[in-house]
Amino acid sequence: MEILIQQIVSGVATGAIYACMALAIVMIYQAIHHLNFAQGEMAMFSTFVAWQLLAWGVPYWLAFVLTVTLSFAGGLIVERLVFKPIENAPVLSHVVIFIALFAIFNSLAGFIWNFEIKPFPSPFGSGALFGGLMSPHQAGMIAVTLVVLALLYIFFRFTRIGLAMRAAAANPESARLVGIRVGWMTALGWGMASAIGAVAGMMIAPVVFLEPNMMVSILLYGFAGAVLGGLTSPVGAVIGGLAVGIIENLAGTYIPVVGPELKLPVALFVIIAVLVVRPSGLLGRKTVQRV
Amino acid sequence: MAIREEGTAITAKGPVSRLGARNWAGILVVLVLAALPLFLTNFTVFQLTMMLIYVIAILGLNLLTGINGQFSLGHGAFYAIGAYTAAILMEDAGLAYGWTLPAAGIICFVSGFLFGLPALRLEGIYLALATFGLAVAMPQFLKLSVIEPWTGGVQGIVIMKPDAPFGLPLSQDQWLYYFTLVVGLLLYWFAVNLVSSRSGRALMAIRDNPLAARAMGINSALYKSLAFGVSAAFTGIAGALGAIVVQFVAPDSFTFFLSVALFVGLVVGGVGWLPGALVGGAFVVFVPNIAEHFNKALAGAVYGVILILLIYLMPTGAGGLVRKVADFIGRRFRSRPDR
Repeated sequence: MEILIQQIVSGVATGAIYACMALAIVMIYQAIHHLNFAQGEMAMFSTFVAWQLLAWGVPYWLAFVLTVTLSFAGGLIVERLVFKPIENAPVLSHVVIFIALFAIFNSLAGFIWNFEIKPFPSPFGSGALFGGLMSPHQAGMIAVTLVVLALLYIFFRFTRIGLAMRAAAANPESARLVGIRVGWMTALGWGMASAIGAVAGMMIAPVVFLEPNMMVSILLYGFAGAVLGGLTSPVGAVIGGLAVGIIENLAGTYIPVVGPELKLPVALFVIIAVLVVRPSGLLGRKTVQRV
Repeated sequence: MAIREEGTAITAKGPVSRLGARNWAGILVVLVLAALPLFLTNFTVFQLTMMLIYVIAILGLNLLTGINGQFSLGHGAFYAIGAYTAAILMEDAGLAYGWTLPAAGIICFVSGFLFGLPALRLEGIYLALATFGLAVAMPQFLKLSVIEPWTGGVQGIVIMKPDAPFGLPLSQDQWLYYFTLVVGLLLYWFAVNLVSSRSGRALMAIRDNPLAARAMGINSALYKSLAFGVSAAFTGIAGALGAIVVQFVAPDSFTFFLSVALFVGLVVGGVGWLPGALVGGAFVVFVPNIAEHFNKALAGAVYGVILILLIYLMPTGAGGLVRKVADFIGRRFRSRPDR
């Protein structure tokens, strides 16, 4: 029983990483209705920027704010520069551009900062909480994820521009007719997703260490969490991310054949099984088609 | 996320003269492909063989995505199944390499069909994630200790390269090239006939309007699963050929990057345009090399930039570009007599 509780708690801790990432994924999905495969690499790049700022002696929270701002601008620029010219191209071509961006960011980060593994500081200090079940950083990470979630909720629910963004995503043509600049809403969505990715990256880096490939598997888990929770629901993304972390940990402990190598396939298998029963995710809105 | 792109190129039968031009272009391409290995080094011939193998795999993916509108980021898994089938049959059962191809095709057809059944419930992004999960799981699955006596675990299996039969004056690489070319042509012929058959029209109807297709009495579930099976069979045969040509299979040759490469090849070639597979195969084999040649440290970035520029140039892949050029020329030629 003690092992079970311990595994669940540490599952929640890793799940918080995935929840962060899943949240960023859901954000961009709200704005552009695609899954961005380059999201993880963009977050990794932002984290390297933060690392560079820290290495130059900038205090942590200032570096944090600067990185989030820079990432917001970066996401906006990527959308304007790369996606604006081909906004009418088919969906699959967009997916290919995501793959291209993935390669570019990964290779650039390796070129600028090389492939050595770097430690990344945590703002929450070290020690033990809850009788050694969780480190302060893990607790801090969960808190940050929840704060981001709350901020997003307020933004989408109570601000004018949040409403405009939702309108632009739900029905671009009608939104344009009532005077919303749909193109800029998409760009804004990219900026916000990039900023949330940066937060996720800076929270994740102290746990997994900083290197250009750190995000590849985390992005996968993030996708899994987002899809499990339902791509239309930020709350679902957080719950989905936490669930993936717990499933992964329990499978690694209790199913005999499953070693660390098979954790990911098992988690994906569980998710596919859930999707077969509930195709739009746990909390996702069902799409109803008019005939 | 409906995938409805340019299926019309295959269904819309142009005027007889255009069809003739198209046939001539096809014959020319085949002749060039047949002549090429006589003038090239063995290594280049090997690369061209790999290109043809990817062409076959992309052709399979195109049948699924382009013709039936189902999205797959996991075809590398079927490629791996095909490759392992060939390797195990050659090493453990002593089967001649030629016979491993139908075996790989059948096994992949069955696994594709079975995977297609639960995938029926999923669409668009959800299907992408499910197939992606398959691709990610495959290398780990191949490393499992339970099946290690057959798969060789992490070490994989080494296969002998076959010689040219009947004392033909060809090097091993040249022989495998021609062997792959013939298999590829047969499969292409099969694919074209499938697309223009009753079943092909059913597949396209499901892609274009699933509801209407079902209302017309098309068994959507059956056809979608069949599309998955046939597509997997193509990719599996490509995998078997790949194993024979590379002479080696190991779990880490079949990571999800392979699936992503096949997908990129599909889009660059043109979704729904079968000859586009040739362009896609060439892209998959040669562009990473070009990028590396350009700058080793920044190879990934160069690759990405080339990819973005290509999509700018032809947002709907090579198929879209070819159609635009053909339309342009067609209009020029036809408008002259009117004046």
